[in-house]
Amino acid sequence: MSSRTLYDKLWDEHVVRADGDGTALLWIDRHLVYEMTSPQAFEGLREKGRGVRRPDLTLAVVDHIVSTGDRAEGLGDDLAAMMIEAMQANAAEFGIAFYDAFDRRQGIVHVIGPEQGFVLPGLTVVCGDSHTSTHGALGALAFGIGTSEVEHVLATQTLPQRKMRNMRVTVAGRLPLGVGAKDVALNVIATIGAAGGTGHVIEYAGEAVEALSVEGRMTLCNMSIEAGAKAGMVAPDDKVIDYVRDRRMAPKGADWAAAEEAWRALRSDAGARFDRDVKLEAGEIAPTVTWGTSPEDAVPVTGAVPEPDSHPTEAKRAAARRSLDYMGLAPGTPMREIPVERVFIGSCTNARLEDLRAVARLVKGRRVADRVRAMVVPGSGLVRAAAEAEGIAETLVEAGFEWRRPGCSMCIGLNEDVLAPGERCASTSNRNFEGRQGRGGRTHLMSPAMAAAAALTGRITDVRELG
Amino acid sequence: MEKFTALTGIAAPLPQPNIDTDTIIPQRWCKSIRRTGFGPHLFHDLRYGEDGSERPDFVLNRDPWRGAAILVAGANFGCGSSREAAVWALREFGIRCIAAPSFSDIFAANCVANGMLPVALDAPAVERLTALAGDPATAEMTVDLPAQEIRAAAERIAFGMDPRAKHRLINGLDEIAATLTHDAEIAAYERWLDAERRWRRPAPG
Ligand code: SF4
Repeated sequence: MSSRTLYDKLWDEHVVRADGDGTALLWIDRHLVYEMTSPQAFEGLREKGRGVRRPDLTLAVVDHIVSTGDRAEGLGDDLAAMMIEAMQANAAEFGIAFYDAFDRRQGIVHVIGPEQGFVLPGLTVVCGDSHTSTHGALGALAFGIGTSEVEHVLATQTLPQRKMRNMRVTVAGRLPLGVGAKDVALNVIATIGAAGGTGHVIEYAGEAVEALSVEGRMTLCNMSIEAGAKAGMVAPDDKVIDYVRDRRMAPKGADWAAAEEAWRALRSDAGARFDRDVKLEAGEIAPTVTWGTSPEDAVPVTGAVPEPDSHPTEAKRAAARRSLDYMGLAPGTPMREIPVERVFIGSCTNARLEDLRAVARLVKGRRVADRVRAMVVPGSGLVRAAAEAEGIAETLVEAGFEWRRPGCSMCIGLNEDVLAPGERCASTSNRNFEGRQGRGGRTHLMSPAMAAAAALTGRITDVRELG
Repeated sequence: MEKFTALTGIAAPLPQPNIDTDTIIPQRWCKSIRRTGFGPHLFHDLRYGEDGSERPDFVLNRDPWRGAAILVAGANFGCGSSREAAVWALREFGIRCIAAPSFSDIFAANCVANGMLPVALDAPAVERLTALAGDPATAEMTVDLPAQEIRAAAERIAFGMDPRAKHRLINGLDEIAATLTHDAEIAAYERWLDAERRWRRPAPG
């Protein structure tokens, strides 16, 4: 067989039926479901008298709309309560495993999937959420879908798909101190643009990617969608295999041995052809922050808000002027002079244990600046418990952070965690769109360590200065 | 699903690039378990001021675009969240076709699933259509899917189209029903999985 990329291999393995025109019916190994994008899909099944073909390959949770405060108090939001109840009722009716808001295993859908061993290398994974690309960190083909497609997968456990093009993003060399996966992700997006990955699946490679932990790779793959890519992935290695081993739903015994053998073959062949090859030098990447309202609007923290006229096209110049107006920023302002009132550490991008460890290391023995309200929202109940067991939670609370319960929280602003109009936030989430964290709210994306540094000083700060 | 063949209607220009689905339908209007009720909140924060009144500077608040059936949009339209409510909101407002230099993949798939046509054109063609759409005298256009052509004033612009999406739109196909005709092949794949790929099952944990 001719040389194939990792994506080609994953694709071929899952073709149920090839249609000869570049499309195929793909088998879906795992389907993650949550309260926001599934109710209409279940309703569609009921209307047509259809069932869920493989409830055993489906896992449901509530994350987007749950309170991150005391859950026993209820939400005080009838619409949110209705969506949570619908998720519970649909899971029960169709026989799908469901983690409710009081379950220890509950958390952000993209955190719990790998955590439970539900997601594995070599699988196809879908969810009605664009950040499903996160799971590509394990060497899975994972992508977000709409609600009609959710219904399709529930009914058939397959999805008709067109094969995407292959893109490889190589990050050569070693990352400097103070620079991590989030900085790499923001630099990839700034390099290829918010639509640069459209129609492609990205494979991340190179020394700097290999050196990332599995959690760091999740951060990187998570942001693939912000570059427009269908999916992002990294070839599984020993780190991934060690990560997966002994997880609750991971294969055991003879199945494990067969899995490991299959996973070790999951890498792009030496002569495999990529439609596009992009290279970044790790040594040139600095701690990075966004200034505008698209994730591609990223600059080194040592830089300044760009002049709108510096952009190459008129459309981008007009968009930049509009962004600056929304963000309340003047061109030329050094990023490090921008004050923040809010800090949000959380989301499927950066709310795993390693992220919280990085924050705790930095803030230990220090205090959140007076005018700043800073919150940490762990990605899952298990992350929360582990952080408490390690003393991270205590460190954070002593430093003046709010320590909340797991969920999407201020990444999407569907519960009580929202920005007020004009409030400026250092955020570890993935989207700085207008209104994303609350109408009129201003979001600067950055890494957990950078957000923690901003919390301590009350302005965007180069984490390397705090040591 | 409603069929899409040819459509003649008012086109509204929205040239800003990277219009994301949060802008199309802000998250706080997505708390629903139905596919309807989103239309009044389409482009909410662009369309209405803080006090809920219409913003006169927003194109869909002005005539003739208030009755638009087509959007001529900027690059990377529909990026961001996969929420299908973005398409439901556009449909409910009356939009049935969007022409833009590019779309997010998920958004384009959601369009087709709802009988809405995403037309990708090169940037100069979109610029010409944007100019025509901006003038009430030339804002009416025809989108002809079988012929794969947009006709506006003296312009005749051909567009490319995924044949499968075209077939689905023209015939208003229920894709799940179409997939279920391949049930025997799906069942055969499942048997192969059980025999040869046992590790791909979730372990009972
Ligand atoms: S944390 Fe944010 S981006 Fe991630 S799944 Fe939740 S809402 Fe989506």
